[in-house]
Amino acid sequence: MDIFRSHILICRGTGCTSSGSDQVADAFDKYIKEEGLEQEVKVVRTGCFGLCEVGPIVIVYPEGAFYSRVEEKDVQEIVKEHLVKGRVVKRLLYQESLDKDRIKSLNEVEFYKKQMRVALRNCGVIDPENIDEYIAMDGYKALTKVLTEMTREQVIEEVKKSGLRGRGGAGFPTGTKWEFVYNAPGDKKYVCCNADEGDPGAFMDRSVLEGDPHSVLEAMAIAGYAVGADQGYIYVRAEYPIAVRRLQIAIEQARNYGLLGENILGTGFNFDIDLKIGAGAFVCGEETALLNSMEGKRGTPRPRPPFPANKGLWGKPTLLNNVETYANICQIINKGGDWFASIGTERSKGTKIFALGGKINNTGLVEIPMGTTVREVIYDIGGGCPNGKAFKAVQTGGPSGGCIPAELIDTPIEYDTLVKIGSMMGSGGMIVMDEDNCMVDIAKFFLQFTCDESCGKCTPCREGTKRMLELLEKITEGKGEEGDIEKLQTLAMNIKDSALCALGQTAPNPILSTIRYFRDEYEAHIKDKRCPAGVCAALLNYIILEDKCKACGICAKNCPTNSISGKPKTPYVINQDTCIKCGVCMDKCPFGAIIKK
Amino acid sequence: MKKTIQELEEIRKKTLDKINIRKEREGTRIVVGMATCGIAAGARPVLKAFVEEVSKRGLQDVIISQTGCIGVCEYEPVVEVYKPGEEKVTYVRMKPEKVARIVAEHIVNGRVVNEYTIGSVNKR
Repeated sequence: MDIFRSHILICRGTGCTSSGSDQVADAFDKYIKEEGLEQEVKVVRTGCFGLCEVGPIVIVYPEGAFYSRVEEKDVQEIVKEHLVKGRVVKRLLYQESLDKDRIKSLNEVEFYKKQMRVALRNCGVIDPENIDEYIAMDGYKALTKVLTEMTREQVIEEVKKSGLRGRGGAGFPTGTKWEFVYNAPGDKKYVCCNADEGDPGAFMDRSVLEGDPHSVLEAMAIAGYAVGADQGYIYVRAEYPIAVRRLQIAIEQARNYGLLGENILGTGFNFDIDLKIGAGAFVCGEETALLNSMEGKRGTPRPRPPFPANKGLWGKPTLLNNVETYANICQIINKGGDWFASIGTERSKGTKIFALGGKINNTGLVEIPMGTTVREVIYDIGGGCPNGKAFKAVQTGGPSGGCIPAELIDTPIEYDTLVKIGSMMGSGGMIVMDEDNCMVDIAKFFLQFTCDESCGKCTPCREGTKRMLELLEKITEGKGEEGDIEKLQTLAMNIKDSALCALGQTAPNPILSTIRYFRDEYEAHIKDKRCPAGVCAALLNYIILEDKCKACGICAKNCPTNSISGKPKTPYVINQDTCIKCGVCMDKCPFGAIIKK
Repeated sequence: MKKTIQELEEIRKKTLDKINIRKEREGTRIVVGMATCGIAAGARPVLKAFVEEVSKRGLQDVIISQTGCIGVCEYEPVVEVYKPGEEKVTYVRMKPEKVARIVAEHIVNGRVVNEYTIGSVNKR
């Protein structure tokens, strides 16, 4: 039988896989076979659904039942109850999707309500390892249209009309970039895809590659036709094994169908794609370093100009776009540039994917129209901070970006407004911080990252980030002096102006933006030797509140350094000289009588 | 095998039929009672017959699903048909042989097969 009465969609993105969706999928296969349902029920392993927080996620159609946190041991119950008897296992449903006795459709769930999936349209819907399912969702229709009905100039015009800007972070107009490569003189040109996603906490590109690899391949072929290239390369990091495997499968399938290779669809157009596996250096996400790495050289940036559009891979004109940028292209061709331009704001068109992480209830992947406010993302989609804590700031753009403080929460998310307030769109990482986060500590975290990842080619970045990090360490250890903030600012401006590549030029951003919005926290560290959020261990003291202490002695028993002493009926005291600030006493106190200050 | 544009279109149509189930749809719902009593009375072959018949005819907007005990164990297997904007129709004492007629007359042409419904059984 060709048609199945029920489809079970199981997320096999990296998030759900690491929480065990592989075993869950195998268990479904097993129990479905046991019940003799294999002709009626189909198990499909898909890409990311987005709500990674409650993974592994399983969706059962036709009911659209949204099961969350499914474990291997739950599978038999779902098969026996839901698939055999038709009784949805309410206990395992994503709670919010249950409305009295009715199952809400996915689009009604708060997390999805304000989202709009363009680049992620097929993620979690199709089996990424089955080209036929991609084709069914209008896959390779755009390529067919381009090759049979459109001139190269028309393709570029359509992309320009869409207003699409680079999703890798810088936001350069994509159509213009294509035009540069089209106009660049040269007999051989290349189309490359930057899949070297390296920001801490960002996984947008990975999810696209895992959930819908063909959308990137098709878009690259379209780009190849437009700019006049017959060879494409995807530079993807080895740390993304699932994405790499699915890309390999997808390329193989596309070649088999003649959608890559020579004489594509009988139109005489040749285009093939190969993978280049990167070792995972952050700097290789920078376009010129990426090209060096692809050529087999050390992954360090080249001075620009010349830009890759004129002198890129092996000195040939090269088009280099990011994964998410490509993921929008087929939709633009199919539905028209005007359609795409109708989404979003004046200068930022379309949608953007963000990876929500940090102190947020709904960790996961979201795609929103440009112009959605930070508040909508944090509260409506993200569900706010856990444990009722107050939202303090959100870091966008990773180590190259800046923070958006709570008072600017109504800022619309678009390229230019974010830059104006000292942050940036970046590739799409969004790290949420609550009242318990120390902003100096956050700046230190990102600086540590850029310092580690600095390739060492240019002095401002190699030495400058190190010096800034030392200053931050000094401040968080309580050794800060008057004038350190100004020193940081001067150093930051110098690095911004003189570093060779974007990694160095943007490395000071986390410091500058935290000083801009949270200067008082820096001052508290320096002048009062105090960490207001209670994070920096050197500036903390654990104190027992006399009026709350019941003199039970539990804290003293648990203290690893015997720094707490006391007698029955009188409050206990912590000896600050020997205390190592491990916090065990605070965790153990049954009366909440110990605080850190 | 290299595909032509024509063949690509065929794959598209064929596969879309198969995965259409994953979309949110407003259509006819055929619900088979699959509690212990229903299964014991032979609901499973009935369900299979519906799936086969619907896929044979390539019907797009039909969902086949199951439910638990409807409460009239006496009349199992019970099948309920929900058409948008119409009253629910309950077929009782279902057999796989009855399925083709229900799909042809009721699901496709909108004429309820009265003699199979719970109403006609009650009268007897």
